[in-house]
Amino acid sequence: MPGFGLSMGFTLLYLSLIVLIPLSAVFVKSATGGWLAFWEAATSERAIAAYRVSFGAAAIAAAVNSVFGLLVAWVLVRYDFPLKRLVNAFVDLPFALPTAVAGIALTAIYADTGWVGHPLAPFGIKIAYHFEGIVAALVFIGLPFIVRTVEPVLAQMGKEQEEVAATLGASRWQIFSRVVLPTIAPTLATGASLAFARGVGEYGSVIFIAGNMPYHTEIAPLLIITELEQYDYAGATSIAAVMLIVSFAMLLLLNGLQSWQRRRVTI
Amino acid sequence: MRATKWARSPLTEGAFARWLLIGAALAYFALVVLLPLGAVFVEAFRKGAAAWYESIMDPDAQSAIWLTLLVAAIAVPLNTIFGLAASWAITKHDFRGKAVLITLIDLPFSVSPVVSGLIYVLLFGAQGWFGAWLDAYNVQIIFALPGIIIATVFVTFPFVARELIPLMTAQGRADEEAALSLGATGWQTFWHVTLPNIRWGLLYGVLLCNARAMGEFGAVSVVSGHIRGETNTMPLHIEVLYNEYNFVAAFSVASLLALLALVTLALKTILEWRHRDSIAALGH
Repeated sequence: MPGFGLSMGFTLLYLSLIVLIPLSAVFVKSATGGWLAFWEAATSERAIAAYRVSFGAAAIAAAVNSVFGLLVAWVLVRYDFPLKRLVNAFVDLPFALPTAVAGIALTAIYADTGWVGHPLAPFGIKIAYHFEGIVAALVFIGLPFIVRTVEPVLAQMGKEQEEVAATLGASRWQIFSRVVLPTIAPTLATGASLAFARGVGEYGSVIFIAGNMPYHTEIAPLLIITELEQYDYAGATSIAAVMLIVSFAMLLLLNGLQSWQRRRVTI
Repeated sequence: MRATKWARSPLTEGAFARWLLIGAALAYFALVVLLPLGAVFVEAFRKGAAAWYESIMDPDAQSAIWLTLLVAAIAVPLNTIFGLAASWAITKHDFRGKAVLITLIDLPFSVSPVVSGLIYVLLFGAQGWFGAWLDAYNVQIIFALPGIIIATVFVTFPFVARELIPLMTAQGRADEEAALSLGATGWQTFWHVTLPNIRWGLLYGVLLCNARAMGEFGAVSVVSGHIRGETNTMPLHIEVLYNEYNFVAAFSVASLLALLALVTLALKTILEWRHRDSIAALGH
């Protein structure tokens, strides 16, 4: 097949210029200040608090969506109901809606005067400008990751195993918890990891609703921007390096999960 | 299927449980997805259509709209050409390290938008690697249009390639080999055989790439400098208006981007229905 040299050359050049060289700048810059300076900036008290907020909120949001995202996927695959195709199309809205738009819309809903915030206010439940608000934003962002990962596997999962379990006298719940759930567990874990990875780095949908109080509701990406604005390039770069390392670790984890999935789902 | 208490099939849920699950799923879906979408339009028209129109026609809003269109008009074609080249190299040829290359192409998706902007500040900013050199030639990249474009190119980098690679892998090489054996040149084969085969998948990838390019916030926010009427794209202009407590104007501009999202979803859904086989590798 012709064109290998041209297409491959262009691919490698473009990939290097846009992605590889710029990304390597983070690590080179982190290294030039010395290991000690990097470690101090990356593990400052404020940075640790920001990681805790980002990772904690992303983990909780991924857990919430693992339950409800599975429910949405299940209902879309197994049942028929009015407007099903419309619902199916709208599941991707969080992918398509710009994050800043999602951010201000979620803030409007969950603020004390909003559609959801107002009825909750008398009970002392506050979401916007608190940690819960960050979780709410990441739940929005993460939903399609779980649904779209689980949906195809649920759809092509054979009924045979369920039928065998039924003839052996299993109840519907036993079939779900002992047959269906173990089969899709790797897929669910993959979807949750994708949502988690996206949530950790998420910025636009979060900053409007977060409150952005250092040590409490300040996410790691915002701390990077704050330090950049104070011309603390070394500090910003150190935190960015930590986040990149976590992203690469998540990529490796996802590769592992996918090979687990292939072994589990043999249809 | 009959679902009475006594003769319930263990292969499906009873009617009551089924509707309970559907109800719960729809309630969750409405709360998480529909409510924010509705809020955008309700807030945008809170003071009527005239106020909405005025916000859209504001000179700063207009310049933000034009800048967003310009950035997408440059970033999307660049990544489309890259996507075509990369998928041609990867799917029509055999070489070692293919899996690594595909992983590297996907890399920008797993990088936080803020980090995506930061890397270009480290390269082209005043204190960056090329900062002094750029300054000597009076070229400004950060806090200017080139920075916004390059950050957008980074965050939308994988869209077209990751759509085309599974599709072209599934389609194989037989069509191209036939054309070549009949004497077509490489370019003729690409234009007359490959491109028609992949056109719907290509359109699908371009659509998603464009939606992200016009909506990108975090990466662009780091490199733009937020100069009103000059380097503010639509998402950045929304932030400025919002932080000035000018909520109606913020949501008015946001409603345009929400509309873009709805159009993108509609086109995407139509492509999935009409051309499922030729976008294929759906369910890869």
